[in-house]
Amino acid sequence: MKSMKARLISFSRALVRDPIRTFGMVSFLLLVALAIAPAKDHFSEWRHYQQQYLRLIHDRGDAVTLQRHFQGGIRQIWLPDLGVVDRCQSCHTGLDEASLVDVSTQPFRRHPPIPHRLDEFGCVVCHRGQGAATTVAEAHHSTLAREEPLLPARYIEASCGQCHHVALPGTPKLNEGRELLARYGCVRCHSIKLPDSSTMTATDQPPPLTHIGDKTSREWIYAWLKDPASYAASATMPNFQLSDADARDISAFLIANSEPLPADIVPVAATKSSSAPDPAAGSSLYGESFCASCHAVQNAAGNLVGGDLGPELTRVGSKVKPEWLQAWLRDPRTYDSHTLMPRYRWTEPQLTLMNAYVQSKTDPDLMANVHLDPATSEQIAHGKALVTEYGCAVCHEIRGIQKPENFAPELSRIGSKPLAQLVFISGMQQTLPDYIAAKIHRPRAFGTALRMPQYTFSAEQVDALTTALLSYTDRSFTLPTRLQIPSPSIATYQPAGHAGKLMTELNCFACHRINGRGGDMAPDLTWEGTAVQRQWLDDFLKNPNTLRPALIRRMPKFNLSDSDRAVLTDYFMTVYQTADIDRDSMPLSGYSTALVEQGRQLFYSKYSCQSCHMVNAAQDKGYIGPPLTQVGSRLTAPWIFHWLKNPQALRPGTIEPNQNMSDEDAGALTAFLMAQKTSPTREAKR
Amino acid sequence: MSRILWLSGALALTLAAGCTRHTASAPALHATATGSAIVESSGGKQLGTPGAMLPQPLVVQVNDAQGNAVTGALVEFRGAEGVTFDPAASLSDSSGQVSTNVTLGAPPGRYEVTAASNDKAGKGFVLKVTELAAGYQQQLGFELQDQYCARCHDPESSPQRVSNYDNLAVKPHAFTEGETLNNFSDADLIAIISHGGPALNRSALMPPYGVTLSRSEVQALISYIRLVSDPPWRITGVVYAKQ
Repeated sequence: MKSMKARLISFSRALVRDPIRTFGMVSFLLLVALAIAPAKDHFSEWRHYQQQYLRLIHDRGDAVTLQRHFQGGIRQIWLPDLGVVDRCQSCHTGLDEASLVDVSTQPFRRHPPIPHRLDEFGCVVCHRGQGAATTVAEAHHSTLAREEPLLPARYIEASCGQCHHVALPGTPKLNEGRELLARYGCVRCHSIKLPDSSTMTATDQPPPLTHIGDKTSREWIYAWLKDPASYAASATMPNFQLSDADARDISAFLIANSEPLPADIVPVAATKSSSAPDPAAGSSLYGESFCASCHAVQNAAGNLVGGDLGPELTRVGSKVKPEWLQAWLRDPRTYDSHTLMPRYRWTEPQLTLMNAYVQSKTDPDLMANVHLDPATSEQIAHGKALVTEYGCAVCHEIRGIQKPENFAPELSRIGSKPLAQLVFISGMQQTLPDYIAAKIHRPRAFGTALRMPQYTFSAEQVDALTTALLSYTDRSFTLPTRLQIPSPSIATYQPAGHAGKLMTELNCFACHRINGRGGDMAPDLTWEGTAVQRQWLDDFLKNPNTLRPALIRRMPKFNLSDSDRAVLTDYFMTVYQTADIDRDSMPLSGYSTALVEQGRQLFYSKYSCQSCHMVNAAQDKGYIGPPLTQVGSRLTAPWIFHWLKNPQALRPGTIEPNQNMSDEDAGALTAFLMAQKTSPTREAKR
Repeated sequence: MSRILWLSGALALTLAAGCTRHTASAPALHATATGSAIVESSGGKQLGTPGAMLPQPLVVQVNDAQGNAVTGALVEFRGAEGVTFDPAASLSDSSGQVSTNVTLGAPPGRYEVTAASNDKAGKGFVLKVTELAAGYQQQLGFELQDQYCARCHDPESSPQRVSNYDNLAVKPHAFTEGETLNNFSDADLIAIISHGGPALNRSALMPPYGVTLSRSEVQALISYIRLVSDPPWRITGVVYAKQ
């Protein structure tokens, strides 16, 4: 050791023995040191790519333009408020060159067109990776602490979702993912807070289990708990992969815990009618009531036919008790005050008919192998413990069980979760998107003690969910004010008085939107009072013969009493008006024949409205828009006039194009359309 | 140089991926029969997302000289850099068919994928199939045409939407009709979408959308029309095919 040290000392002394040698030595070292930086710079990756780029554009027709645009050296986008220092364009030199459309080799491809400018957002905001890095490996793949690799192209829509929390037309995958998060109740257990401090809300309708014993049998609960998909292919409830004993105990607890409804609502034993109701009549009542607008039934080919607003009814006869169903059909709100099911005013014989028809949809195999012995008190107690453990009360109202808060990890910033905090299972790609996808695809693979249930998502749905979750990042919370997009406030509009009570009972908001609240299945009614004539509205509520025969989903017939109908019609005609249009500013009839004829010419030639609308049912065929054969008895003239001038102003998103029509043309067309009245013979028949 | 490196890297990756799959399912694939032609059964010309698996698998069928299905013929799938197949090679089943899940590369555009097999003499024959990856603009165009245009321009009806095509006195062109639509320049298409059929002396059944849709939305529609055009639009850009 000592000799080594001595030798080193003598060597260093030899180097600096005299001043000249020292000077030479130091000069040499200085020279070497000075050469390191230029050499490193010269052999850098980006310089190599830039030379390659210059060779690539050299022989092209547009070489001069491209060479003029080319800037050598490190190119950088610096956006202090976004925290962006992106040097990607040092290698990706042709990103902005529209004429490089035919170049397929990276890094020289041009960027495909997007709605944002590269110099306003940089690259890493969307693509992730390390913007400041100047080598491929560091920029694209680095997973060192606090750094993230490039986001795979398939999830790129997640980046749009960092700022945009409203559905965009160009991001179908992200929109689908967010819809799934709400529809499958993911956000009930995992809360997702948005940057504007609102919280994502679920759109599923988990029923309360307070009176479950009146509704169904313990055997059915058992079969459902074991595999919800075996009862309904479209079930939103996931499979908790319970053991037979656990399912037995939970079903025992739920039945024992159920509180019977008052006997005047659900009679203990239904009075069996002496004659069996006619199934054909039941089927036609089911059809007339347009139950299929909301409820789906599996057909012989195994496809679901019908809407998804209400639960699937393929095997409902094996589930519900007849006396409960009778009470439910009579008034659903006595059982579930939040249900979307409207109260149809069926007569008792109609109720019995409908009940028998719905009951006939059974599946004998569903509970063929379910044999449960009477429950013991230990089983019930164990069932209660399991219900608490699995967080059933997060979704369902259960008597005696408190709704747990923050049952599962919050996912508000899951898209920025550092890799160091993730526990991967062996054999999987160690990236955040792969982790999220694997968690959704098979949650219990990460540990059998985990409580997250198994969903039946398709590969595409998993992709969409992963995209949506990746959009909840740290960046969305730290956006500069200039980029913050206010998300629309949730409308809590509630109509007042008796009309409001009727509209709640009929659940108008399940399909119609009024003042920003409600569904989008049926037309927005915010300005219905300006649009339609009173007589038509009254007739329509009496017998809603659909405007659009090509649609499957239609307005049901609610069998309203005359007085209820008058209340609703009055309310609509008075309250749902726009201040911009005076309903009475143009007459309902009395337009000159010449003006009507001019309108007819415009309708059939200049604007060719017959491509989408029918006026003469014998001759016109278009049925994209509603038929206009009786539009003069339905709409008001000012509404037609303003609609023709600018349809999107009256109903945003409607597909009828704004034709930039002159007042004269719109006036003539209005006169022509107002002349299309209900024929007197049909009126007489009614 | 780096390009070669990349290619070889991608090749190595593909091979590695292929190998792991093969060891899992079939250790080695040996053709037990040979055909003389490959025809497409389904899964061609799909519109997918860049970097993601296509919604439907690509299914091809191996036939002999008489056009009968051949069982046990080895079919290999190849594509441009970034395109992966699961499985990348397979033997045709009892009905002569081979199915594979295709994942397209990251850049949007047209992708040419090849299904290849050998005949009795060891001579190769191939089937070329086009798949499409829609970038942001094309995706937006797809959504817009689905909302505004497809009701008339798509002759096919679905349970959700009955086509209006048969009701029109002058038939609109499907967006895949390259023979016709490729004759329109971008400026022509902008004019006809914005100002309606009469702008190009065509039917007034095509209404004007220039006020309803923004300029960039019209551009998105055109980029979608150009992407799905068959035969391809002439300056459609890159065809990502294996060189």
